[in-house]
Amino acid sequence: MRLRYVILLLCALSFASLFVGVSSLSLFDLGQMTEEQKQIFWSSRFPRLVAIVMAGAGMAIAGLVMQQLTQNKFVSPTTAGTMDAARLGILVSMIGFAGASSLVRISVAVSFAVAGTFIFMFILERVKVKDKIFIPLVGLMFGNILGSITTFFAYRYDLIQNMSAWLQGNFATVISGQYELLWLVIPIVAFTYLYADRITVAGMGESFAKNVGLSYRTVINLGLVLTAVMTSLIVLTVGMIPFLGLIVPNIVSIFRGDHMRKNLPYTALFGAVFVLICDLFGRTIIYPYEIPIGLTVGVIGSGLFLYLLLRRHRYGL
Amino acid sequence: MIAAESLIKQYGDTPVVDNVTASIQKGTMTTFIGPNGAGKSTLLSMVSRLLKRDGGSVSIDGMPMENFAEKELAQKMSILKQTNEMNVRLSVQDLVSFGRFPYSKGRLNEEDRKVVSDSIAFTELEEMKEKYLDQLSGGQRQRAFIAMILAQDTDYILLDEPLNNLDMRHSVQVMKVLRSLVDELGKTVVLVVHDINFASCYSDYIVAMKEGRVVKEGRTWEVIHPEHLKSIYDMDFQVQEINNQKICVYFS
Repeated sequence: MRLRYVILLLCALSFASLFVGVSSLSLFDLGQMTEEQKQIFWSSRFPRLVAIVMAGAGMAIAGLVMQQLTQNKFVSPTTAGTMDAARLGILVSMIGFAGASSLVRISVAVSFAVAGTFIFMFILERVKVKDKIFIPLVGLMFGNILGSITTFFAYRYDLIQNMSAWLQGNFATVISGQYELLWLVIPIVAFTYLYADRITVAGMGESFAKNVGLSYRTVINLGLVLTAVMTSLIVLTVGMIPFLGLIVPNIVSIFRGDHMRKNLPYTALFGAVFVLICDLFGRTIIYPYEIPIGLTVGVIGSGLFLYLLLRRHRYGL
Repeated sequence: MIAAESLIKQYGDTPVVDNVTASIQKGTMTTFIGPNGAGKSTLLSMVSRLLKRDGGSVSIDGMPMENFAEKELAQKMSILKQTNEMNVRLSVQDLVSFGRFPYSKGRLNEEDRKVVSDSIAFTELEEMKEKYLDQLSGGQRQRAFIAMILAQDTDYILLDEPLNNLDMRHSVQVMKVLRSLVDELGKTVVLVVHDINFASCYSDYIVAMKEGRVVKEGRTWEVIHPEHLKSIYDMDFQVQEINNQKICVYFS
């Protein structure tokens, strides 16, 4: 599929996303919006669209980078404990830094995500397993341990209700003033693109990378920090969107290969398209109510993940 | 010339490479042979900077390896480790282009592009350059990696068991390509090979290792001798000359 068709598809879905909702606002009203319609558009519909596109593209790229760096198609922020670590960070910042500025709280969440990812990588290096399926299982277990710790402390501090908001991704609560952090996804993705060749080379393994004179450790560490930052920004603003970083890069890889500079634009666009479709689905299926995005992506995503697992030999994953 | 001087590598108390001194002549093919666990791959990894050594020194063309910058070294010496673990979906063209990384950091110029297409032509992969690595046969894959190393355009090319997992026909193809790197392009090729007859038929020099030490070193013609082989492998060999090549028989 040509890149411009994907862009076209993204634009079409974006328009659909802007004009689906409880309050009536159709494309034809665009020129002559009432005050109320304007307010809905700028405070709810537009922020929601931006959040969906950024989160979709961001999570897909985070997954892509992780899969390249670990040389494992089944590693992603969901299956490496990064999301759970970010969530634990959010809890810690709520308990310990309640009065602090949002920058401090973001930094705490980001540091936890970074630390969690590095602990996972440390475990990965210690456990010398040949079977690629084993590694995401270790990651999922690690994530669940972090998840239990989070739940335990959330329970102790009576924050269960607040934390569950971050358990399941939800775009319904995105309004202006709360989503702007997600714009940071753009520079991170841009930087990843500039670094793409290095990440691909590092993904070929340490000896391959060293052979061509690449400082392997630096690239690995930088790549992991990038993904951890991206993941925590997204978890912080819209919550956990499971499996997205796993399925989108894998599907793109089947059609476009693993040369990151070539597949990165597709991965970003497909990530956004995928979340837009899931979101539209969740918003219309029990209209006028809606299903949170975490659930729709989780159901569709885990189905696709299972499919990939069963057919992995065909695609050489 | 590559000169390794008193190289040592230990894991715990066990020496894997035990005080090895060896040299590799420029413009030749040198093969390391020896039983499993003799330390051949470890030695190759140390010589090629992939593995930190516990003692000794390595010099390239008279200059200590430490004096080279990463980038310079990557333009001087290349190493290809076993590649069967690598399952990255890259096209042959993309893989070979990464050989230019030490020069271009990913942004290929006209000259880089020419070197890449020459390398693909030299390894006779032109027809499949758009194919993904996982669509190739074992031999084609190995040739693609050799093309990549070739695009790196280094004087010294080190290969760790390049014939691993290849059938006879593909092994011969790969060895012929490696031999032509020496004969036609004047490269220095160093490799670890398990099949003694491939070592005998293709290499100029042989270095035999056993239990972390060099036990025999010299021209292929001298090393391939029943007595030497027996001391290396602890088994009986018959050596016969067929078409001017020494062939070892050891199957029964």
